[in-house]
Amino acid sequence: MEADPNLYDYLPYNKRPKIVWPGNARIALWVAPNIEFYEFNPPPNPKRKPWARPLPDVLAYSHRDYGNRAGWRRMMDVMDECGVRGSVSLNVAMCDHHPEIIDACNERGWEFYSHGIYNTRYTYGMSIDQERAIIEDSIETVRKRTGQTIAGWLAPALSNNVWTMDLLAEYGLKYTCDLFHDDQPMPVKVKSGRLISIPYSLEMNDVIAYLTNQCPPRHYGETIRRQFDQLFAESERSGTVMCIPLHPYLVGQPHRIAAFGEALRYIARQEGVWLATGREIAEHYYANHYDTMRAACEARRREESAT
Amino acid sequence: MSLPPENMQYPLRRHGMDHDRYDWSNLQDRPAIQWPGGARVALWVTPILQWFPLNMTAAPFLAPGGLTMPYPDYRHYTNRDYGNRVGIFRLLELIDQYELTASVMLNAAIARRYPSLVTELTSRNLELVAHGLDMGHLHHSGLTREQETELVKGALDSIRTVSGRTISGWLSPGRAQSWHTLDILAEEGIQYCCDWANDDMPYEMRAAGRKVLAMPLAHESDDRMILQEFRHTEDQWLQQVKDQFDLLYRESERYGGRIMSLPLHAWIMGVPYRTTYVREALDYILARDGVWVATGEQIAAEFRRQAG
Repeated sequence: MEADPNLYDYLPYNKRPKIVWPGNARIALWVAPNIEFYEFNPPPNPKRKPWARPLPDVLAYSHRDYGNRAGWRRMMDVMDECGVRGSVSLNVAMCDHHPEIIDACNERGWEFYSHGIYNTRYTYGMSIDQERAIIEDSIETVRKRTGQTIAGWLAPALSNNVWTMDLLAEYGLKYTCDLFHDDQPMPVKVKSGRLISIPYSLEMNDVIAYLTNQCPPRHYGETIRRQFDQLFAESERSGTVMCIPLHPYLVGQPHRIAAFGEALRYIARQEGVWLATGREIAEHYYANHYDTMRAACEARRREESAT
Repeated sequence: MSLPPENMQYPLRRHGMDHDRYDWSNLQDRPAIQWPGGARVALWVTPILQWFPLNMTAAPFLAPGGLTMPYPDYRHYTNRDYGNRVGIFRLLELIDQYELTASVMLNAAIARRYPSLVTELTSRNLELVAHGLDMGHLHHSGLTREQETELVKGALDSIRTVSGRTISGWLSPGRAQSWHTLDILAEEGIQYCCDWANDDMPYEMRAAGRKVLAMPLAHESDDRMILQEFRHTEDQWLQQVKDQFDLLYRESERYGGRIMSLPLHAWIMGVPYRTTYVREALDYILARDGVWVATGEQIAAEFRRQAG
């Protein structure tokens, strides 16, 4: 095991090439709904139990299932109202279980990227070939249902292996959401090809907000507004990215959705906000900023090794 | 290194659910339900009475609210039992004052130990819902089907005998089930179950060739979750109750009748200062037109009459 993930160079926030978003927008906002399927009786993984309670954990299972029966439409209604397209972090088996939900997202021009097959199938303990199989499955399954070619990846339940980023680049994926080290997209070091990280904030993630940090719904709305205000102010110097990762089983609850809707409306009505998807952010970055950012990383490395 | 082949196989990857208990259906696409009198929201008040044995085990896990200190944990035992001696009477007083009906969910141990409390309940216009035997007896797959059947029968017998009521609703302690719980409940005459947390409206579940109606009891917005797990303040509980009600009320215009459950653990919401927040919540909800205060049994019957 290594002490350093060896995935990126240190590049301080205040000494970077300037990022400019399309139309001179100051901040790119992307909303990433995790549309997930958790299995009732998944096969055991050696490193992680699927559910806190012994199987069947009907309470936890049904809590997740709430998102696919009730919560997703509320979340979608709020996003429609704000003109925000989703970049769906998709357990691709959802294409089989609930294609109705997938089609509703696709009709709205939402993007799909892979969040593994199920959120109860972790990559811990997988061989490289097994992990290739879930990438290939993801590409095929999403293409077949939606016609889209996935560009991004968020490991199922954030379960990674040391080779995962190399595999993503090998299969031509453009971005990963698993790295939380920055508020701007950054090159990721891979064996071949190119890969970038796109900010996918843990702190803005509704799971972390509601369950880990135990925020009341209105406080979550307040954190979203403040996160936006701060990033927007900083974006005068260089373009920033704000991500709001969502889970319809949480944000779509009746006691929460209104407070979230208020926060999203606050952002969507501002000038200078690029309402983007993950793929759009990645494509713009590769076309305009990837090379300069990588050059800056290399220059800094040379400078530091010279001293 | 690699995972066993079963980790890469998906035998239940198919349209709909990965089990046969119920079919998928989308809340907003179902036929609209009309509550009696054209009400928009059915208010389902559910006081909860629990008994945590002093010698309770954590098998196979500690029930929510369970005793955590070394034996004898008088602290938590008595704090929980407070609800049965004192707290419930504050909630009953509110119920009387506002002339409400409600579904009281009680462990069978309450009926066995405190029959006079059951008389207090049955002398009012209240439904009794079975809440298992006690908080030290969870339903889980470590029990044989026979053991679990005895557990269910024993709990129902006690509540039915002491109250003289037909019991049609069930809430498992900790909302925990084994693979067989629903089948056993159906065989023992249970009509509706409140354990599953995946919907805002009732839906039918398959159980031993019968049907059990899943009833939408609040999970994450339940008083114990908000105050004890999430450590929110009572003001924040009240705000979430109001926000939930407003949302359901608004949605009812477009989608038909909705259900607002209000779980009130007697040992939590029956504490003097907290009762004042319950009063505010009721004032807020009951100030609106179109609120039908009903028991789970009444809501379930009306739902089934319309949804078939």
